[in-house]
Amino acid sequence: MTASAGSLNELSAAELRDRVAKGDVNPRRAVDAAFDRADAVGARKDGLNILLYEDRGDAHRQAAGIATQRDSGESGPLAGVPVIVKDNIATTTLPTSCGSRILEGYVSPFDATAVRCLREAGAVIIAKSNMDEFAMGSSTENSAFGPAKNPLAPTRVPGGSSGGSAAAVASGIVRIALGSETGGSVRQPAAFCGVVGVKPTYGRVSRYGLVAFASSLDQIGVFGRSVDDAALGLHTIAGLDPLDSTSAAEPVARYRDAARGSLTGVVIGRPREYFPDDLDPRIREKCDASLDALKSLGAEIRDVSLPHTDLAIQVYYIVAPAEASSNLARFDGVRYGLRMDGNGLRGMYEATRSTGFGPEVTRRILLGTYVLSAGYYDAYYRKAQQVRALIARDFADVFRSGVHLLFTPTTPTAAFELGAKSDPYEMYLSDIFTCTANLAGVPAISLPIGRVDGLPVGGQFIASHFDERQMFAAAYALERRLGAGAHQ
Amino acid sequence: MTSATVARWAATYEMVVGLEVHVQLKTATKIFCRCSTDFGASPNSNTCPVCLALPGSLPVLNEHAVDLAISAALALGCHVQPTSIFARKNYFYPDLPKGYQISQFDKPLATDGCLQIGTRSDGSPINIRITRVHMEEDAGKSIHDRFPGVTAVDLNRAGVPLIEIVSEPDMRGSDEAEAYLRSLKQILEYIAVSDVSMEKGSLRVDANISARPVGATKLGTKTEVKNMNSFSGVVRALEVEFARQCAVLDAGGRIDQQTMLWDANTDEVRPARSKEGSHDYRYFPDPDLPPLIIPIERIDRLEASLPELPAARRARFREAHPNLTPYDIDVLTAGPGIGTYFEHVARQSNDAKTAANWVMGDVLAALKTTDQTIEHFSVRPADLAELLNLVRDGVVSHTAAKQIFGIMVKTGDRPSEIAEREHLLKVTDDSALVAWIDEVFAELPSEAQRFVGGERRLQGVLVGQVMKKSKGSADPKRVNQLLAERIGT
Repeated sequence: MTASAGSLNELSAAELRDRVAKGDVNPRRAVDAAFDRADAVGARKDGLNILLYEDRGDAHRQAAGIATQRDSGESGPLAGVPVIVKDNIATTTLPTSCGSRILEGYVSPFDATAVRCLREAGAVIIAKSNMDEFAMGSSTENSAFGPAKNPLAPTRVPGGSSGGSAAAVASGIVRIALGSETGGSVRQPAAFCGVVGVKPTYGRVSRYGLVAFASSLDQIGVFGRSVDDAALGLHTIAGLDPLDSTSAAEPVARYRDAARGSLTGVVIGRPREYFPDDLDPRIREKCDASLDALKSLGAEIRDVSLPHTDLAIQVYYIVAPAEASSNLARFDGVRYGLRMDGNGLRGMYEATRSTGFGPEVTRRILLGTYVLSAGYYDAYYRKAQQVRALIARDFADVFRSGVHLLFTPTTPTAAFELGAKSDPYEMYLSDIFTCTANLAGVPAISLPIGRVDGLPVGGQFIASHFDERQMFAAAYALERRLGAGAHQ
Repeated sequence: MTSATVARWAATYEMVVGLEVHVQLKTATKIFCRCSTDFGASPNSNTCPVCLALPGSLPVLNEHAVDLAISAALALGCHVQPTSIFARKNYFYPDLPKGYQISQFDKPLATDGCLQIGTRSDGSPINIRITRVHMEEDAGKSIHDRFPGVTAVDLNRAGVPLIEIVSEPDMRGSDEAEAYLRSLKQILEYIAVSDVSMEKGSLRVDANISARPVGATKLGTKTEVKNMNSFSGVVRALEVEFARQCAVLDAGGRIDQQTMLWDANTDEVRPARSKEGSHDYRYFPDPDLPPLIIPIERIDRLEASLPELPAARRARFREAHPNLTPYDIDVLTAGPGIGTYFEHVARQSNDAKTAANWVMGDVLAALKTTDQTIEHFSVRPADLAELLNLVRDGVVSHTAAKQIFGIMVKTGDRPSEIAEREHLLKVTDDSALVAWIDEVFAELPSEAQRFVGGERRLQGVLVGQVMKKSKGSADPKRVNQLLAERIGT
């Protein structure tokens, strides 16, 4: 049996893998189909600008290796599946520049653990995707290499910071892409681009090789065209890693098995703080329709409260910049990356860093440096950590009360126009419904639940720590029930 | 300044010192990665993505380093905290790859220790309180004088595990500071957690020093003195800085709290560039490392496996060997190996004083001239004990024993074998002794005649010649008797 390149892109990741394993599809053809699709949608700099680095020759070599393995009867769970990786996740075969001038063209001597897992599963890493510089942003407009565009509405942003990966999945280049989250950087672009985006529990996926932004919040996440793609991708990269002291030994469930789960008896909380009076009524309507669908699937919907939600953005914009100011200190021009000459050592540092970092990164380094400074630490950083603990307790309390999952809108708005948010604080509010899960460390998934003016709207499930399986079960069920309605 | 001035200051002001000592822990690998800690490897060869701070790398704590740090803390009488926190100390420097040092700040590994550094004339102990012991990583090395016009960076040392031992300002003078350092070094040698070599940089000392009028209870403003590279350098730097502070105070001035750098070449302290003293390190808990939780069982296990510490060993030696002098005991407990060696010899020869004399004299001298350590000394303690027993039993003379020992050092052979092989067994047979005496008389007729004529003071010379002729094997007691019989003949 043969399939045309076009139809290959329509297959789910699992279906494509099975055809590769059976010998029906040569992995090289799957790779070519992905690159052809990238050509067709204009994924490069002069078009959507969603890909930063790609190497077709290397992808062919990887594919040939997969084909050889298949011939000897070995096919991993992602055999021959092309995958795109966010530019802040280390890869030996393609540069890892974090969307920044300071690391432009930098090639890591090691693969991130998540990338190693993908390779071992047979995936073919075909490209690195555009992103907000060092993952700081919510629109991918902060990339040093120009903004990425939303494939569904090219005058609009794809969201961010993992906008390139979300757009790559939305435009049909790949079924699975890796992103990273610090405050919603997978779920928000997933919502804006009409794809599925999952942020696992903090500690579920190794951070080794993820270039740190805010270490206590960072987590690699997965985009999928469907819930199943995302479940397969996450299962591949989840688990304990001895190279990351914050990774967890919790057993990893077979997330794809959750597709068969029932929602009967599942209690889904509707946190009132996520449905404020000024929420766009069209988004509220889509969420209510989803809640109705969940109810019809046997779930019990319960109104709940997470009282400290309104403090999350403020807490986030203290904790994340504080950690970032320290994490980004290593980009000093001494060992790798950009180095600019200056007067003496200090001059070299100043020239390198002020040339290498863009304005948003500079802003956050300054903010973070300030909140950690002597005399301000207690008022800002310590206080923020205390409030963060209250936010985490909100989640713990509600899950302890018998609620299994929460359902909320992923974002307060649909994708906005490029350049529409010039005020940084307004941009920050784009993460208002997502950054809570990062602060609490709980897992969350965004999936498409309909469109407003032709633009995708995302709904979000949040689960308790390490209960991704429950979250996937609900996402699978809702996706199935909404059917084509999720994209209308 | 004149020595009279210095003497007056010493009478007027009191020196108050607290020390911060960094000690490299003797682990095979670094504290947060698996790179070797070998000293002297070619520059930047012992490095990896973690200690180079490549993007995306993360630290993983070396548990063996934690064990060594806990052992050190326990040996210094500290309370090991059930939970301690690694924190980031942020500053920019080329030999600090991450732009921060992973250290411990407000929750250190251990607190509230104490070190006895000696006793006062009234017999009361001089105790120095230890504020804290915490773990951290070493930085790399900046090399400013190797390549003209540029600074080279060697990151082999980056990530080598350190403990920092911080004392209270309990020392009153440079002599106490030196005693503290010697005691500290000795304890760390006993528990074998570090090479503790200031010359090799595995022990580094920063001193906080202030001066105050004698009798005052309030501390004066302190300065921090850095850049000493020997114990004598610490002593000298403290004295020079104390004199500087006294001069300022004497003139009615005020001491600025600042960092001073010791220059051993010029015998001076000078202020560090002001910025070096005024860092805001922006400490915060390192989110890459979970809190270090140490169960009581781990502390108990490490405490149980601590070896006998110097103070306990000194006390035991005093008790067990009453004929040893305090000086003997100090020498014999200076390092962990010497005392163990001594005890073997003493036990097997059943003569502690003689064993002590041999160990403190011949053994230490031989170690020095042959550049050996007591742990790997070519003369096994059992063999030295045998030699002592040979002397005691009259089988070899004391003179021959010295010769035999020299051969033992070279060959490692047993003393009885050497004595036989080299004909050094004591000769008590009169016919052999008389023959040697006759030869000596023939060779030194004038001395012989005068001796026989009653000039007794020549007996020593003649005995010496007989001993020499016998290559030390003649029994000197019998030679003396035989010589004495010839007087007046």
